[in-house]
Amino acid sequence: MANKNNEALKQPIWVNNPVVVQILGICSALAVTSQLKPAIVMGLSVTIIVAMSNVIISLLRNTIPNRIRIIVQLVVVAALVTIVSEILKAFAYDVSVQLSVYIGLIITNCILMGRLEAFAMQNGPWESFLDGIGNGLGYAAILVVVAFVRELFGSGKLLGFQVVPQWCYDHGYLNNGFMIMAPMALILVGCVIWIHRSINKDLQEK
Amino acid sequence: MEHFFSLLVRSIFVDNMIFAFFLGMCSFLAVSKNVKTALGLGAAVIFVQLITLPVNYLLQTKVLAPLGLDFLSFILFIAVIAGIVQLVEMVVEKFSPSLYASLGIFLPLIAVNCAIMGGSLFMQQRIGMDPADTQAIACFGDSVAFALGSGIGWALAIVCLAAIREKLEYADVPKPLKGVGITFITVGLMALAFQCFSGLSI
Repeated sequence: MANKNNEALKQPIWVNNPVVVQILGICSALAVTSQLKPAIVMGLSVTIIVAMSNVIISLLRNTIPNRIRIIVQLVVVAALVTIVSEILKAFAYDVSVQLSVYIGLIITNCILMGRLEAFAMQNGPWESFLDGIGNGLGYAAILVVVAFVRELFGSGKLLGFQVVPQWCYDHGYLNNGFMIMAPMALILVGCVIWIHRSINKDLQEK
Repeated sequence: MEHFFSLLVRSIFVDNMIFAFFLGMCSFLAVSKNVKTALGLGAAVIFVQLITLPVNYLLQTKVLAPLGLDFLSFILFIAVIAGIVQLVEMVVEKFSPSLYASLGIFLPLIAVNCAIMGGSLFMQQRIGMDPADTQAIACFGDSVAFALGSGIGWALAIVCLAAIREKLEYADVPKPLKGVGITFITVGLMALAFQCFSGLSI
């Protein structure tokens, strides 16, 4: 049993990553990664919401009528997202402005619906909690990697602090403005998938 | 009237749901293997967007804002979207079985398409904008224009990608990139092409 729990937590972080393997939750993964800070906040918010909604749905799973389960799931998720969004507005207003609509869009993040449908509806609260944390962290990991590359090369900063020293600029180094733009996020995720699949050969398509 | 058209054109090309905001990516990547199904899903998105966005606009301006219940907007918007999708599905099934047969499987999927929810959230953000701004949504007509534009933009993007992927089938792609990887890079290049529109002055 302990082994199974361990699997539920670890599996989604690397082997069965929600973003690069299951291709879920791409929308927000791409949009919030031009800087590291919003990416981390977004990753944490999603982790908390997936874990909490997994627990709630798993507790309710025997009482939800099958036909209206999607609506019930959406309402639970929407309530949690509203709470997180209000908390962010109160304590981290600038980040919540940066994330703009993408915090609300966690509701329609496919990772949530996918985990609720595929895992929480069949498993107990504790396993569901671990599964939620695992998937949230898997999602956050990709966000952080992409945001790290984009912020470092795009503006020479990390978490808002200057990392590339001034003498580099004096010798003609330029920030790559292309990294900040939207298309680069897609291409970078493509490259992450490339690396991931070169290592995990059994995921390659025929 | 002029604002109506500039908002429409702007939301199709400049503020394209896929290439500028990455909304609706999941179904965009999953259902773009051939042009015919892509067209079906695109049509369904335009249809649902055209109904839900104006309804949410009325809900926001006539009910939520006067009562100061803005914090409930997430729950109400998603409930409206899920409800309307269900309703549209039933109506289409009853009155136009042929349309239902072609859209059928896609309709329920649209309830969790971020492009629909995103459209409503952007609308909520843009209500307060300066009316001279081409992005502003100042009246009911504007919300219809935005709904139409964002829906068409999404449909255009998915049909284009499907056409490219049909050709890509015959290409010799490195093994680890095959499938999703190369699709991401293709979308990236398409988004780059769409960046040209951002210089468009409307």
